[in-house]
Amino acid sequence: MTELRLYRRPVSTWWWTRKRSYFVFVMRELSSIFVAWFVAYLVLFVYAVGRGEAAYQRFLDWASSPWVTVLNVVALVFVLLHTVTWFTLTPQAMAVRVMGRRVPAWQIIVGQYGGLAVVSGFVFWLVTR
Amino acid sequence: MADSIRLKVSRYRPDTDSEPHWQEYDVPLRKEWTVLDGLNHVKNEIDTTLSFRWSCRMGICGSCGMTVDGEPKLTCGTFLSDYAPGPVMIEPLANFPVVRDLVVDLSDFMEKLPRVKPWIIRDDDHRTVEPDVEYLQTPEELDAYKQFSMCINCMLCYSACPVYGLDPEFIGPAAIALAERYDLDSRDRGGRQRLDVLIEHEGVWGCTFVGECTRVCPKHVDPASAIQRYKLKAAMETVKAFLLPRGAR
Repeated sequence: MTELRLYRRPVSTWWWTRKRSYFVFVMRELSSIFVAWFVAYLVLFVYAVGRGEAAYQRFLDWASSPWVTVLNVVALVFVLLHTVTWFTLTPQAMAVRVMGRRVPAWQIIVGQYGGLAVVSGFVFWLVTR
Repeated sequence: MADSIRLKVSRYRPDTDSEPHWQEYDVPLRKEWTVLDGLNHVKNEIDTTLSFRWSCRMGICGSCGMTVDGEPKLTCGTFLSDYAPGPVMIEPLANFPVVRDLVVDLSDFMEKLPRVKPWIIRDDDHRTVEPDVEYLQTPEELDAYKQFSMCINCMLCYSACPVYGLDPEFIGPAAIALAERYDLDSRDRGGRQRLDVLIEHEGVWGCTFVGECTRVCPKHVDPASAIQRYKLKAAMETVKAFLLPRGAR
């Protein structure tokens, strides 16, 4: 048999900038760093509250510094992207069947936003009561 | 509508070229002509040295997959008029080594596919079953896997998958969708055997859910869904094995 001289095309480091869908995917992956940041922020917040009023005040001063504010705004944008993209993908990952019939994708997505609204409402009530 | 359209075709001749280059051809632009018709016109009328694969011309055989204007497409179902006024860029499927011009080497997939055992596996010995026994199935049981059985192995999903492009060890979307097709079949008992293959890192866990495989699939198989459902199954098995170490599978 003749030896094939195959041409293997190199994959560029910037492959993810060539297509919108690839770019959104990479941003979604990147968003997990900001989700982790929000978790760390929440832990610091709870820790400060637990150590008393002075520590809580110090935390508030730190949290209102410009760089933390900017970081939090950027993190919020990424967390929203994370939420929206994963909510949209859920029906693909889960084939939910109720009484032998497959639940349509839009109902699963709406259900998730409903769940998010309920949890947010509860947290809002807890904080403001 | 103009009466011709320019095709920019990627050429690679292994005996003379060190890398691919572009060659342009003008072909008639007709409403009913697909990209494949354009290529066949080139082959028959302009340049007989151009190489590409095709067979059925009706989206069944899965052999005419190519990259059209950067997107993996079945060229028999992609109309030239959608790209007017042109030019239309035609390249071989991405993520596969190029053999010649628009022909790619699919041996990697051919080696991977049988690993997931895409056939019905039964506990009972074939020799002991009556030769005319049929394994009956209800329409609901058929519906459970039908979508995944529509795969025509056209490789558009592998071409669209950046994970496969970066890590060729990844078993890939079509192979996993076909594993799911047999797992969901009520006649099959081979789920455990397939899970052992797919639970590895180069199995389902290689997938990061880019979702491009589903977007480009011409048969609406939704391989991304098959992979995520498999991940859920694999995770449940791991949890079960942890909680019930003595079996009860």
